[in-house]
Amino acid sequence: MNPTTTQLLQQEVPLSWYLLLSAVLFALGVVGFLIKRNLITVFMSIELMLNAVNLSFVTFAHQWHEVKGQIFVFFVMMVAAAEAAVGLAIIIAVFRARATLAVDRIDLMKL
Amino acid sequence: MHLILFIVFAGICLAGAINLLLQTHPINSALSLIVVMTSLAVLYLLLGAEFLAAAQVIVYGGAIMVLFTFVVMLLNAGREERTLGSRSARVVGFPAVAVILAVVATVILHAQGLGTADLSAGITSTEDLSSVLFTKLLLPFEVTSVLILIAILGAVALARHGHGDPEGKSERTGEQ
Repeated sequence: MNPTTTQLLQQEVPLSWYLLLSAVLFALGVVGFLIKRNLITVFMSIELMLNAVNLSFVTFAHQWHEVKGQIFVFFVMMVAAAEAAVGLAIIIAVFRARATLAVDRIDLMKL
Repeated sequence: MHLILFIVFAGICLAGAINLLLQTHPINSALSLIVVMTSLAVLYLLLGAEFLAAAQVIVYGGAIMVLFTFVVMLLNAGREERTLGSRSARVVGFPAVAVILAVVATVILHAQGLGTADLSAGITSTEDLSSVLFTKLLLPFEVTSVLILIAILGAVALARHGHGDPEGKSERTGEQ
């Protein structure tokens, strides 16, 4: 193994890279929320945003050597599971009532 | 090694997230989201969160995404028409996203005292995690179980046959 390979193998990663990845994932989630036109895909974008925030929680938990950040992620996961169950039930109810999943056609409460 | 693993899985993660936006069929988006969540689990492991990595795969990659794909297939969701969002999304939404991302990135890059992560940092064991969770944070944990129970009841009540469906109700009254 030559020296550069060894150096590459021992390279550390700055935590700011993790935070940047988290920010980019969150932005992608927001963009998905705005451009997607299917109710289920919009919901998936929300899950993507939750995951992005979880990543920054874990990063800060690593930074401060604190367990509570990880426990918070655990709570977020539980809430996300509950949210997914209720949200998908709402989507099924909406589909029964309107026979469509396109968000443009679900406009009963639109001004 | 940490650097290589980070670059590989961060790349997979971003590619999955972008693919989620580009695909028009919901089932393809759901599968991309599974890729994102699984590679995030590897990143958690790199940051020393072994329990969360397992929970991420089981809860997100398993339970939640099975629910999503199940609903996509149950409702037989077709291809969506490709749009670039509504007018308000174009005027306010995308600039706001760009501004927020720029501000957050600037703050992160100028932050002082952020450390580095490497493989020698060790992992937070599940024992450490659970000893805090079940002593100091026992009440929030129990409250969450009540939340899950309410969510189950809500999901059953919402998805029950005939809910919010006038025709379904008339069918049922017709049977009686």
